[in-house]
Amino acid sequence: MLRWVIRQREATVIAITILTIIYFALRSSALFTVDNIIATMQYVAPFIVIGAGEVLMLVLAEIDLSAGQVYLTAPWFVYWFWSWGVPVGWAILIALALSAVIGLVNGLITVWLRVPSLIVTLAMTFLLYGLVLVGSSYTQEQMTWTKGTPPVAPTQTPPCHGYPLPASCLHAPSWSHPSPYFYYSNLLGIGSWATILWALVVLAMIWFLLKHTRFGVHVTATGGNILAAAESGIPVARVKIWCFMIISTVSGLIGILDLIRLGSMDPGDYGLNIVLPPIVAAVIGGTALTGGRATVLGTLIGALFLGILEDGLSLTGVSANWFFLLEGIIIIIAMVLNGQLNRLAVRFRR
Amino acid sequence: MSAAPEEPGPAPAERLPGAAVTDGHPTTLDDVILRVEQISKRFGAVEALRGVDMHLNRGEVLGLVGDNGAGKSTLVKILSGFQRPDSGRIFVEGRDVQFHSVKDARAAGIETVYQDLALVPQLTVYENLFLNREITGLGRVGVLSRRRMRSLAKRYLDDIKVHVPDVDAEVEMLSGGQRQAIAVARATRLNAKILLLDEPLAAMGAKESALIMDLVKDLSARGVSMIVIDHNYAHLFALCDRLNIVQQGKVTVDIRVADTSIEEMTELMVTAFRRQLLAGQAQLDA
Repeated sequence: MLRWVIRQREATVIAITILTIIYFALRSSALFTVDNIIATMQYVAPFIVIGAGEVLMLVLAEIDLSAGQVYLTAPWFVYWFWSWGVPVGWAILIALALSAVIGLVNGLITVWLRVPSLIVTLAMTFLLYGLVLVGSSYTQEQMTWTKGTPPVAPTQTPPCHGYPLPASCLHAPSWSHPSPYFYYSNLLGIGSWATILWALVVLAMIWFLLKHTRFGVHVTATGGNILAAAESGIPVARVKIWCFMIISTVSGLIGILDLIRLGSMDPGDYGLNIVLPPIVAAVIGGTALTGGRATVLGTLIGALFLGILEDGLSLTGVSANWFFLLEGIIIIIAMVLNGQLNRLAVRFRR
Repeated sequence: MSAAPEEPGPAPAERLPGAAVTDGHPTTLDDVILRVEQISKRFGAVEALRGVDMHLNRGEVLGLVGDNGAGKSTLVKILSGFQRPDSGRIFVEGRDVQFHSVKDARAAGIETVYQDLALVPQLTVYENLFLNREITGLGRVGVLSRRRMRSLAKRYLDDIKVHVPDVDAEVEMLSGGQRQAIAVARATRLNAKILLLDEPLAAMGAKESALIMDLVKDLSARGVSMIVIDHNYAHLFALCDRLNIVQQGKVTVDIRVADTSIEEMTELMVTAFRRQLLAGQAQLDA
């Protein structure tokens, strides 16, 4: 009975999501077409991955605002190293390692220098944004690369300021003449379901980590009562730093996957626009901002809800201008419902 | 309880350091599980402890009384390894020990149970009991074997007669008394020989207090020795075998509960307080 009431946190957002789906399914027949589902899921994939990472942060009563900028910067690292002649595979690994290092820096400054993670990661967002702008010599005019563009030798300075693909590798994309890039694109992202599958794999891994490993218990303990955790000998600083590194790495990964899928990215994209929806997804899913309480499943549902909301509004011809307005109202309603159910749960306890 | 009453007053100061301490009846060194000699601790200009002598017998419950700032909590922090004394020695079961950390104290068998600091409210009862000592399967991967932890927790709690509705319940859902019981249970599960309890009955109803008192008595009968800090004489008289009054960084009174009364203890405290006031006045006059 108790557990049932607690589960209501997820039940709320599941119910709201199902109602939203039903509403839009009735309004538009295009909702359940394969193309639309794939497009929506691709849109949602980074929400799922970054949201799952944010769950680790929120359990610790920390937050990582730089995850969105890492999502945008990691592909830049890939492109950068690739253009210096590093093979794509290595460039991806280096980019992931650098993403982890960004998380490490966030973690060290938060834990050792005791600067609130909100500020540290906000500053990191500016820093990485600046790095990308400077590194790409960003100007207002930018080029987007499509998959058919002629190859550029890796050692040459790329003729554009965006994030072009390692285009030489795009040549002859077939299994009979596999270029290195072809391998990666098929392994990592060009199949239309790939980012979605990767997102679900990352989500499942973080869920497993949090719910079924010692590390997960230590994360919850650190976020729930840091004194008790430290007192019992849990290395709370290390636990936090690891979580900063995990969210940064998975954000970098999904960013690279989206680079491979999209073929180009804009250095002018701003990370805060990307990191806020996943945080919203985690919170409406039932993860507390105060630490100690998390639901990875709720985050998945929350992310799907945000995706379906946007997709449904555009399918039903609602002006995009309405999107944020409706999103704001709906999030507030969801949070109020969650709060009411919490109070109900407390009453049931007594 | 055939002990002769000890003269109340600054008795410990008359003891020879290193000698077996008595509290009315002769004790051998084996009976004394913890002995503290001439512990001093200074924080800048403040002398928190000035030569504390104290001992704890095996299976005994010792109450520490004293005003705020008398040095009780500093003493407990030193015993639990949080702080290091400037001078003085600590003996656990006759062994001269030095605590550089909480870990050292724990290794010597001393566990401290703090009121609300001990548990993680969002974790279940059994997760709290096994906090940082989780049982894992699959070798080094660190995958929890929840079933084993659950059944072991159940068995252990039944064994020490701590009753909680469900070991799967989150600690947040438990009453204050149940939480305290879980905190104590965790400490003893880790083979603590000496428990330091900081206000174990604070903010608890009669029913819950009874729960903790039963637990303390049960553990004491099993040979766990305990030091209890509390301000409430009714609690202390119900829990303890012996009381020490800590004043101005020293143990000034060492008396068996059986040989005294709440009235007498109050009187002792007031007398000491007056003496203190007069001394302060004299200092000011001089």
